Amino acid sequence: MENLVEIKDVHFYRGATPIYKGVNLRVPKGKITAVMGPSGCGKTTMLRLIGGQLKPRSGSVQFAGEEIPQLSRQRLYDVRKRMSMLFQSGALFTDMTVAENVAFPIQEHTKLSQELIDTIVKMKLQAVGLRGAGQLMPSELSGGMARRAALARAIALDPELIMYDEPFTGQDPISMGMIVKLIRSLNETLGLTSIVVSHDIHETMGIADHVVIVANMQIVAEGSPEELMNHDSALVQQFLKGEPDGPVPFHYQAPDYLDDLMARKA
Amino acid sequence: METRKTEILVGVFVAATIVALVFLALRVASNTDITRGSTYTLNATFDNIGGLKVRSPVKIGGVTVGRVSRIYLEGEYYVPVVEVQISTDYDALPETSTVSVLTSGLLGEQYLGVEPGFIDDGIMMLEDGDSFMNTNSAMVLEELIGQFLFSQREN
Amino acid sequence: MDKLAKLGRSSLDIFSGMGAALIMLLQSIIGKPQPAKSFPLFLRQMYVVGVQSMLIIIISGMFIGMVLGLQGYTILVDFGAEQALGPMVALSLLRELGPVVTALLFAGRAGSALTAEIGLMRATEQLSSLEMMAVDPLRRVVAPRFWAGFVSMPMLALMFTAVGIIGGYWVGVQWLGVDDGAFWSVMQASVDWRADVMNGVIKSLVFAFVVTWIALYKGYTAEPTSAGISSATTSTVVTGSLAVLGLDFVLTAIMFS
Repeated sequence: MENLVEIKDVHFYRGATPIYKGVNLRVPKGKITAVMGPSGCGKTTMLRLIGGQLKPRSGSVQFAGEEIPQLSRQRLYDVRKRMSMLFQSGALFTDMTVAENVAFPIQEHTKLSQELIDTIVKMKLQAVGLRGAGQLMPSELSGGMARRAALARAIALDPELIMYDEPFTGQDPISMGMIVKLIRSLNETLGLTSIVVSHDIHETMGIADHVVIVANMQIVAEGSPEELMNHDSALVQQFLKGEPDGPVPFHYQAPDYLDDLMARKA
Repeated sequence: METRKTEILVGVFVAATIVALVFLALRVASNTDITRGSTYTLNATFDNIGGLKVRSPVKIGGVTVGRVSRIYLEGEYYVPVVEVQISTDYDALPETSTVSVLTSGLLGEQYLGVEPGFIDDGIMMLEDGDSFMNTNSAMVLEELIGQFLFSQREN
Repeated sequence: MDKLAKLGRSSLDIFSGMGAALIMLLQSIIGKPQPAKSFPLFLRQMYVVGVQSMLIIIISGMFIGMVLGLQGYTILVDFGAEQALGPMVALSLLRELGPVVTALLFAGRAGSALTAEIGLMRATEQLSSLEMMAVDPLRRVVAPRFWAGFVSMPMLALMFTAVGIIGGYWVGVQWLGVDDGAFWSVMQASVDWRADVMNGVIKSLVFAFVVTWIALYKGYTAEPTSAGISSATTSTVVTGSLAVLGLDFVLTAIMFS
């Protein structure tokens, strides 16, 4: 199976804090790959590494055979036109209408006529069910609608790869359902490759073809959703079942409880 | 429509700036500076120039005809020399002309007053680079008071 | 020893901050110009930065001119020199108050708004999102705002000065009875186009450059939280105002001494 993205032995530090110590990841073409893990383990960092917004300390990040960290600025911008990222907040431009937001990447990167752009915008908005909301400003949208509008903008240039950063966080069940449906249908109809970063196990396991679990600065498990459900690592089981105590302890690292209490008296 | 409104208001903004600039140019600043056109240079030697400065005006009968361009000391006795630029519109000053350091009003700034001299056969006109023969130095208040007291005692 | 190290560290911080700010500015304004794309953006920012600051500038200019007329008159009349009111009002506005007060008001009105806007764009991931769309946020967001600030502040300063002189004229001539002809003619005799008007404009250009630059840099590097944006906005006004006053002294020393 061909891989669109390949990450090999990546080490990444934020300041002096290690985030990744030797991470390997492959994203098969045309599939939905989910990257899951506890909060703060650097899942979003993974997306920023692929997008070239962050550079690893060592290791290789490849997108369609291009070595991302070594590209010149110009080449990197060319490669980015082939990928797209859906941010957690949607990141719509607040001074433009929804339709102008969707038209923005097309206007920036193509020389199409305004008429043709309008048609494409309508098609993209129809795909996310927001054709009627084109003239609204982002401030008038609900959180779920904003995310769908941002999704329409993300697919405006028909990218090969689309990266979703926490697409389910803070959504009510209905908009969550809509987004789940959209991610799957876009992947199927447009032949996209998708990376979903999330810690919502139920939704993510439902749509992913390939699941990767990140914890302790490494990939601890990967495979199909079924394989992971039966994974024998205690950490994976704790995460998937949402148990409060286990390999990831309930208590933050601290001295012995009794000693600590007594120490105060002394 | 939105862009049209923006364009119009930015147009108003630019127009207001131009109006302000024209106002400053025509009403406030002296764009008819006498030394803007072609000028010629004359020198004058004084005992004391008082508060004269570079760019102080040079006037004939109260009308500005030029400006002081340089002030320096000359020779081993350090004599003050004032170099002035005078508009070529007034290029017929006879060499008998007198130049004095004067003050406009009691507290006003100092300027050079030129009194054109008589014209007669054998009297040459001052030309570029020439010097005034007759000069009157600045009145220094302390000296004036001293003279006044001196003359009082004599009476 | 500790104090020395502290001094060293804070000076290094200041220099690296200035270096980063310089790099940001160069990256945003150097590059292939694309007039068709950037002119509408520039126009939009001229509206936000310039037109929307016009009212406060004109009203402040009016009042400052009127106060100058009143104060100047009461001082000059004691010396019987009220005819010098014209040059006093015009020269103080042209050389000092026009450029300086405009820059201070601009830092408070437009500078803080620029910082907050860009800081919010950073916090809501709009800048990141532009980068991922292969659009350089420095060229797209920072550059038009920089040029708009740089161009519009001197324009505002000219308006401020002109309105201020008219304000001084109203109070001095219409109200306090200074002679109309003398007011203008004495003013014209002592105001020089190049030495006074142009030097004022040059001052204003320097302030415009510095204030806009500070506002954009503070916004661009703001911590993407509400506390971060609010402290960046405050810092724009404080740093901008101090920079204007400090530079004003240096420029005045160079120009008028």
